Amino acid sequence: MSEPRVITLREALREAMVEEMERDDAIFLMGEEVGHYNGAYKVSEGMLERFGERRVIDTPIAETGFAGVGIGAAMIGLRPIIEFMTWNFSLTAYDQIVNNAAKLRYMANGQFTLPIVFRGPGGAAHALGAQHSQALESLYAHVPGLKVVVPSTPADGKGLLKASIRDDNPVCFFESETMYALKGQVPEGEHLIPLGVADVKRQGRDVTLVTWGKMVHSSLKAADTLAEEGVEVEVLDLRTIRPLDVEALLESVRRTKRCLVVQEGWPFAGVAAEIITLVTQEAFDWLDAPPERVTNLDVPMPYARTLEDEVLPSAERIAAAVRRMLGREAEPVRPAAAVAR
Amino acid sequence: MDAALLVELYRQMALCRRFEEAAARAYSQGKISGFLHLSVGQEAVSVGAISGAAPTDYIVATYREHAHYLARTGDVRGAMAELYGRSGGCVGGRGGSMHLFDAGHRFLGGWAIVGGHVPIAAGVAFASKYRAEKDVTLCFFGDGTANMGAFHEGLALASQWKLPIVFICENNQYAMGTPLYRTLAVEDVAVRARGYPIEEEIVNGDDVLEMREATRQAVERARSKSLPFFLEAKTYRFRGHSMADPAKYRSKEEVQKWMERDPINILGQRMQTLGIATQERLKQIDDEAKATVQDAVAFAEASPPPAPESVHEHVYV
Repeated sequence: MSEPRVITLREALREAMVEEMERDDAIFLMGEEVGHYNGAYKVSEGMLERFGERRVIDTPIAETGFAGVGIGAAMIGLRPIIEFMTWNFSLTAYDQIVNNAAKLRYMANGQFTLPIVFRGPGGAAHALGAQHSQALESLYAHVPGLKVVVPSTPADGKGLLKASIRDDNPVCFFESETMYALKGQVPEGEHLIPLGVADVKRQGRDVTLVTWGKMVHSSLKAADTLAEEGVEVEVLDLRTIRPLDVEALLESVRRTKRCLVVQEGWPFAGVAAEIITLVTQEAFDWLDAPPERVTNLDVPMPYARTLEDEVLPSAERIAAAVRRMLGREAEPVRPAAAVAR
Repeated sequence: MDAALLVELYRQMALCRRFEEAAARAYSQGKISGFLHLSVGQEAVSVGAISGAAPTDYIVATYREHAHYLARTGDVRGAMAELYGRSGGCVGGRGGSMHLFDAGHRFLGGWAIVGGHVPIAAGVAFASKYRAEKDVTLCFFGDGTANMGAFHEGLALASQWKLPIVFICENNQYAMGTPLYRTLAVEDVAVRARGYPIEEEIVNGDDVLEMREATRQAVERARSKSLPFFLEAKTYRFRGHSMADPAKYRSKEEVQKWMERDPINILGQRMQTLGIATQERLKQIDDEAKATVQDAVAFAEASPPPAPESVHEHVYV
């Protein structure tokens, strides 16, 4: 039986990679600064020393190149972990991930499997400006053939990363700079969380907050505030966006009769819109209020703190949306997307 | 000179030529849809290069890959049925002309975004080296690839990590409808390899024996020293970029001049000069190729289309 102990998300992710690499020689880690520098965010600290240059591979700044190398290596049986220093840089490899990784198996009629994990931090991390603050999971979740995973706790980080590494499909795994130091209980040794299983992070009866990643914590904070007002919020952490745990989502929403999706990232054509479509179609008769979303404002990320705070979903904005859905807000606050137009 | 080898190379090139001519006819009749990129006139590059590698060496190619696929797999029926979009196609009608695959023969595509497959090929070579296997990867691409970032990143990594890969540029002198001199600041694509540095050689891509020998040496060097090599094969495509392209940007005189260097005729004449084959024997080989292709066309036309309910298969494992 594994003993829980408290470690950071950074350590939990490292532990997942180390344990899997100890188990299977076909797994290697490749990316910028992952080896001798010990990782731009120290996730891979010590791994070069442990596994050597054959399996912990520093790359030049060439995302298209090393993402493609990972895909080619996976085609003939290796299981690469490709680290993007941040997901913002993955956009220079978008062609590799979308045109090649996502489509190979389908185009080749199932002749190939592509067990590859693309991972790194995404989302805003305080005053990094427009090109370094993007939450891009909606962009990747759009593409059939990719799995999209976004952990919110150290334990989930370990369990989901191990499952992603063992998955035979390409997986986009989104971490967060601001969460790497987050501490939590994490089981030692074998700890797997299957992809496609959501997790109720807080139980409640009045409204379901559907969320993932960093926004789980903003949602929990909003739930604390609302509890003082007598509102019991359920926080459903999707954990994986593809595959989506439709069953858990609908079960919760049908029970609470209200659905608010909290998503970091732009509203237009985002994951929140997809979830609201699903809820509207499949749980319409149960709903007591129109499903809503709280997202980034529909603008590139500004640098100044006052502006950045305005853009990102906050616990206050989430709580306000819940109050509005429950008819407790006198002054209706327009959703972000409507304001942007 | 190995007579049997020459006969085999002639047979393969004739097969590729007849295959693509039949595909063009079927396309004109509306039996094949989508894009159809022919390599008529360039057969010596694919046939020569692939014959110069071991059957266990990996091949990664582009959307103009019928000849490469046939040279490696010999699967004429599977290729034609794939062009027809039928269930008997090599990828069950999911790929089409641009996405041929055969994992068993180590034919790894069939990629249709220019340059995107170059890093993938480097990755295949990376995996061979990682596992201490002695296989070499052949990566084919056209001259139009030479300005793509992915091409340069692929070459940079192959050189940095000393990967066993042979890059083969099929310089047919046109990137779709634009002549190379209008888009490439150097006369020879091979020059681009030097900065990495990757050793390069320019080959007459219309001479199947020269192509074969150059590839054989490059592959052996890649295998024994674990180093990349760059071959530029000068050639010419007799037809447009795709069936949708009438190729009006080229003069009749220019096309005529190159058609006089038809790689199949060059080999045929050499075989006659060497007394390896008579005109009649060559015609017989060609007739056999036609019959093989005819059989493949019949197979494709009889093959049922993929079942609509199978559409969701193979998105995920």
